[in-house]
Amino acid sequence: MITHPDASWAPEPEPAPAPITPADVADAARLVSFGLQAKLLPARDAEYAELIRRHREDPAFARLADAVATGMGLVVLEVSPRAGMAVAAAEDSVFAVRMGDYSRRASSESTDRFLHGLAHLAVAAMAFPRPEDLADDGYLGRVSVNGVDAFVRQACRRLEQQAEAEGANTDPASDAPGLESAWRVWARRSATGATKDARRLAGSTIGIVSKAVLFLVDSGFLQKVSDDSGGTYRTTARYQLQVRDLAGSAAMAELLDLGVVAVGDGAATLLPADHSEDLVADAGLPFHAL
Amino acid sequence: MTAIADQSAEYEFRPPAAATRPAPGPAADEGLARRLKALACTAPLHDLDNRKVNLAGEYSSYTMAEVGLAVIDLVTLNMDFDTGADRDAVLARLLPRAAAQNPGRAAAEHERVARWVLESLINVGSVDRGFRAVYGTFGADGEYVRRDYDFKLIEEVPGLDGGVYLRTTDEAVNVLVGALDTDVTSAQIAAEVKLEVLIRRGRLADAQLAAEQARYRTVQYAETLRRALEATRRNVRAVDWMQAIPDLIDEALDHIADRYRHENAILTNIRKARDETEEPEHKRRAAELVDIVKDCIRRHTQLQTRLLEAGPLFRAEQDRQAFATPGSCSGIDLYGQLLAPLLGLPITEAIRPTDAFFARGAGLRTPVSVRVADLVDLLLTPPVEREHLGAELPDPDLVATPDDSRFSEAQLEAALELLDLPADAPRRLSGLLAEARHQDPELPYLVALLAVHAASPPVGTAYRQGEERLLFAVDDGTRLDDPEFGGADLIVGSALLDAIGMAADRKDAK
Repeated sequence: MITHPDASWAPEPEPAPAPITPADVADAARLVSFGLQAKLLPARDAEYAELIRRHREDPAFARLADAVATGMGLVVLEVSPRAGMAVAAAEDSVFAVRMGDYSRRASSESTDRFLHGLAHLAVAAMAFPRPEDLADDGYLGRVSVNGVDAFVRQACRRLEQQAEAEGANTDPASDAPGLESAWRVWARRSATGATKDARRLAGSTIGIVSKAVLFLVDSGFLQKVSDDSGGTYRTTARYQLQVRDLAGSAAMAELLDLGVVAVGDGAATLLPADHSEDLVADAGLPFHAL
Repeated sequence: MTAIADQSAEYEFRPPAAATRPAPGPAADEGLARRLKALACTAPLHDLDNRKVNLAGEYSSYTMAEVGLAVIDLVTLNMDFDTGADRDAVLARLLPRAAAQNPGRAAAEHERVARWVLESLINVGSVDRGFRAVYGTFGADGEYVRRDYDFKLIEEVPGLDGGVYLRTTDEAVNVLVGALDTDVTSAQIAAEVKLEVLIRRGRLADAQLAAEQARYRTVQYAETLRRALEATRRNVRAVDWMQAIPDLIDEALDHIADRYRHENAILTNIRKARDETEEPEHKRRAAELVDIVKDCIRRHTQLQTRLLEAGPLFRAEQDRQAFATPGSCSGIDLYGQLLAPLLGLPITEAIRPTDAFFARGAGLRTPVSVRVADLVDLLLTPPVEREHLGAELPDPDLVATPDDSRFSEAQLEAALELLDLPADAPRRLSGLLAEARHQDPELPYLVALLAVHAASPPVGTAYRQGEERLLFAVDDGTRLDDPEFGGADLIVGSALLDAIGMAADRKDAK
């Protein structure tokens, strides 16, 4: 709120704000603690709903709650009846999830770390396929575990064909595995695998996606709909906020830092194939866009 | 040997000038790399025989490479349009071959061999479940670079029911049939022309080989199409429905119609060859050929069903995907601006955005703090036993139903014995009834019922079921004179049916 000190039409002196009592601080902290329980929704808890209402109507209380959250190392994304108090962990906060805690293998193997990170990104990309889906507050995304894997594999195949068309040799040099193209890492990992105890093979791409999805369910970002296609889930308002306001832009910043700039005009980028080029003799069928 | 000696001598004479480029040119180098890769694909098969000594037990008498090729064969042929081959089915079909190699050994050992070969070809135990070969190429500036070539022979894919199925990769099919990186359609035509010629000349062994190759190509064709339709289901915009797909569907339908005609013609030819030939070996081969061609036709039909479903699938997906109202403002295009550019980067760079996304996008976890009091409780609580079997099923209450049938089993037997008449001596119902009454006062009712039932015998059903004799009853106008029954005095007899002739007819009718 901006006030003009030299305004000649100075309004009536505002009533002095009520002093903050320890009870207010306790309520504010209570609201933050509700926000930390990501699966809890205001609609399910009367006290939570009441505190959300107070946050929206009482600016002093709102400032207090935000301050408590900030002090605990949390970023407030939104406070609303639909998402509750959506908070995210700031960097170095005690609430932040570290890759090493997430997957033990990922802390030692950089390819596994990449695959786990990519799985999370792919789940988000599949849940919000168009830019407007991410912007539209009412949008509910739907993802399935097998679908995410197939989606990434298709993107990889497209890059593979592109590289083939350019005549590039994508096989990485043996002494510089770090220069291997990212898509190859996903493509060469097996999609699934039989195990002795009929569980998912943890190291396969479907196993990795499934781990990501289950983790997001625990974070209150996804809700299970059915067991179809390896498990089908729908997104929650919190997930949209988290991806739109935090994760997407953070990843974009890193990408820009690497000098990769993909300019979009807001239109969807998954477009039909270019059929101007001639068919490859051994392609079998006229498909380019796979 | 001499040629190599000569060459090395020549090298000695020549000054080691910088101009002598080891590779004649990039094109030759590429060809070499391609052949090296092809060679690498066979390595896992050779490796099977080298590694069998490491198995605990005496396995040297098994030819593992043969079993390995058989696995690839079986998986390729059992791959369905939607899912891959069922693992257990493949193993079950593999057992006879393993057993044939060592008939004296226990069945468990054969199973172990089959399982070991399959798992070796999947390369269970490696992280990627694949193989890696190293080969060298020369870069643009003449520098020698060692490269990794990653490939799979059999891969595991998720099935619709959540199970894991097997699929052979293109590399494996190449190993199996060889030189398959040609145009699928033209290769198919060539194989069919060849097949016809071979059959006409009576060279059935070669014809079988050609037919099998044709079938592998058919499978490959279906596989390509399956991927395309799957992509459409995920994203309509990823596939060109203005031009490419309608063209493709027309083309593929023409192709199927053509092949179907062709294969039916072949089928007729082979059938003739099968029936006319005297030599048992020829007969057997021709019979196998019939099966292969039938399988080809089955696969074509399957392909056609998918093609017909493609149009409705597109319209449904378009309704679902394209007509959603666009939003007013736009956010980040996760696919176009993040995922797609990122996948093209080298992994050391690509890991930075994914790490950033994970750090901000995975959500938060509240740290667990432990109180000593809770810890003691936790440690002293016995572990909860996992329920493998689920809830106990209640024992069903079974009540014996009273036997309220009018006639006993013994009576039915007696009646049937009475009616088991020789084919050349039919009898009057009156006589049968009198004989039955003599045995048991209840029996005439059953005999009368059976005789009336035989009045219109189900000849067609008996014919189809391959029965050899059939009871019949005919009314010739004579009245039945009996104290208990009235009506016609039927002539009851047995008719013999030509079961063998019927079976032969049936087979040909199929």
